[in-house]
Amino acid sequence: MAGIPLFQHRLFSSGIDTKRNTSFSTLNSDDILYFKDILDHKNVVQDEDRLVAANVDWMRKYKGSSQLLLLPKNSEDVAKILKYCNSRCLAVVPQGGNTGLVGGSVPVYDEVIINLSAMDKIVSLDKVNGILICEAGCILENLNSYVENEGFVMPLDLGAKGSCQIGGNVATNAGGLHFIRYGSLHANILGLEVILADGTTLDMLTTLRKDNTGYDLKHLFIGSEGTLGIITKVALLTPCKPSSRSIAFLACNDYICCQKLLAEAKQSLGEAISAFEFMDYHSVEMVLAYTEGVRNPLPASPYNFYVLIETTTSDELYDRTKLEAFLLHAMEMGLVSDGVIAQDLNQASSFWRIREGIPEGLLKAGAVYKYDLSLPIQVLYAIVEEMRARLGNTAKVVGYGHLGDGNLHLNISTTHYDDKILSEIEPFVYEWTAKVRGSISAEHGLGLMKADKIHYSKSAETVQVMTSIKKLFDPKGIMNPYKLLPHRLFQD
Amino acid sequence: MMKILVAVKRVVDYAVKIRVKADKSAVETSNVKMSMNPFCEIALEEALRIREAGAASEVVAVSIGPAQCTETLRTALAMGADRAVHVDAGAAPVYPLSVAKILRAIVEEEKPGLLILGKQAIDDDCNQTGQMVAGLLRWPQGTFASKVVLDKEKQVATVEREVDGGLETISIDLPAVITTDLRLNQPRYATLPNIMKAKSKTIKKISPADLKVELRSDIEVVQVTEPPQRKAGAIVSSVDELIHRLKDEARVL
Repeated sequence: MAGIPLFQHRLFSSGIDTKRNTSFSTLNSDDILYFKDILDHKNVVQDEDRLVAANVDWMRKYKGSSQLLLLPKNSEDVAKILKYCNSRCLAVVPQGGNTGLVGGSVPVYDEVIINLSAMDKIVSLDKVNGILICEAGCILENLNSYVENEGFVMPLDLGAKGSCQIGGNVATNAGGLHFIRYGSLHANILGLEVILADGTTLDMLTTLRKDNTGYDLKHLFIGSEGTLGIITKVALLTPCKPSSRSIAFLACNDYICCQKLLAEAKQSLGEAISAFEFMDYHSVEMVLAYTEGVRNPLPASPYNFYVLIETTTSDELYDRTKLEAFLLHAMEMGLVSDGVIAQDLNQASSFWRIREGIPEGLLKAGAVYKYDLSLPIQVLYAIVEEMRARLGNTAKVVGYGHLGDGNLHLNISTTHYDDKILSEIEPFVYEWTAKVRGSISAEHGLGLMKADKIHYSKSAETVQVMTSIKKLFDPKGIMNPYKLLPHRLFQD
Repeated sequence: MMKILVAVKRVVDYAVKIRVKADKSAVETSNVKMSMNPFCEIALEEALRIREAGAASEVVAVSIGPAQCTETLRTALAMGADRAVHVDAGAAPVYPLSVAKILRAIVEEEKPGLLILGKQAIDDDCNQTGQMVAGLLRWPQGTFASKVVLDKEKQVATVEREVDGGLETISIDLPAVITTDLRLNQPRYATLPNIMKAKSKTIKKISPADLKVELRSDIEVVQVTEPPQRKAGAIVSSVDELIHRLKDEARVL
């Protein structure tokens, strides 16, 4: 990617002070021999260039020093690898498309990287019920093209779709752009196959809609960020592909208008809404400045807020008429100051490019501190304003996100990572979020970045139960260590 | 002041993956997203810019085809056309010569100073209508326009054309036909205020018979087939293997 500064000076910038767990073994030549014995030689990677790429996260913010990347080809390979690592007490980090934003998918120290990208087979698609079974390494966009050809869509869509893998999506309980319509992966995953730390295979790969037989363990793995086991196969619901999609890009004068517009849209468009995204002026400015080929759909004058509404139904004329009528009404009510409706698919994707281009724009602008917060909608934007006032002109504070889900992406862009700025942001942002009973991670997960911040959103008792569960599934703690839960809980 | 007539065609959306009907008679269009032909969008945009620059008083959009063409005309009105004419030709395909004859008839009625069309439609890629209608009207034509400058006083259009190996600049007397190339302009979006205004604009519906044009099909489509599937690529494991395969299999070395 051109234009991205070298990462050396940006690494380890989030104040992580965890020490390597000394109970973990270090890799020796016998280990390599063993892995070469159970896997194809080309799937035991020690090549430096490839290791550099696998050790660094997408934002180039976290960098591990793993000496080994393994590429299992099937569930049996994963089981053998984990069984061995567990017996040798070798820590591992499961990795998919490595598009995570919290440092969860890269090693912290020398953990063995188990990358699932060679497990990209589609097992089956039930065309009556729309149920897809596939391996964990399938890329989201490829799955979507596959099911679209059969008249279905994936129940999630996110900016990283071209690289992220379904296994990683499930492991991090990724939300994305169509959450408002299809809900969380907890609602869409029907079954999982998971390999535990000791190599045990948990076959929960059923495709039943209803199944009340005991504890529904698959839910523990959705959002477990690779700390309980490795997801190897996924069965999920794919909704029918809506034949019509309408998209409007709107301007609002203030945040109150955005809120009212959401309430009105829910009332008038109801089940047809498939996305309700908002962006403040500063986010859009960032995209326009750093993304090639993007133009402002409303160039006449700047507005404080922009909203992207997408509706999908099975009837184009109905869809369009309904959206138009709603928007004209919203404009008469003064909720919308200006707006455009996409007249063809090309225009539709150019509106989406603005919303989806924000993270990349921020990355190109320099250093960026990212916070993914769930907040009560009434106060959702207040944190952006407070942060802006707090940081003054030392940083550019932008807010955007999935307004329909109460999910704010608060991003703070600076020229370089700086502990002084970080100390202005944290713990303030976490304390603020806790005060309004929000969540410090709406959809990105905790990873390494927020492992020891979990108490801002979960009670001590809850964290204690989570720790017990972790110890039950992974007694030696080899699965993605230092992530999700505070490391100190495992040190005694 | 002069009027500008713009022809707009409803086609399968540019971003849709084209599928051929099972009986190979045509491209599948049922349940497929249809939009305004991108070159027609450019033609309309140019007309609107000329009007906004004060060189024209009215932009009239015309579309020929089935009832759903009114949706395309709604888009044209929402972009800023003043009024629209729909020539309802039913569901059967209408070929360039018939389209040109219909346009000539409308031109004779509306008497515009300029007729602007896309250089071609992305569905059948004929690239014939503009030239044919210019011939029928005995008007000068500036095809593949990448720049248009109007001289109101002299009633002359200077058209920069994209030709092989460069640009050609020609000067043509009005009234004239212009067909638009990709780089002429970037069409505007339909804004809410304009969509609202478009609600009160009229779409006049007429039939080819009203224009005394008989729809004749001079062309018979024998068969429509998909392009041959590309063979999957192969990954070679060494430079030697690459050279070997280039020599022995591809026979290019």
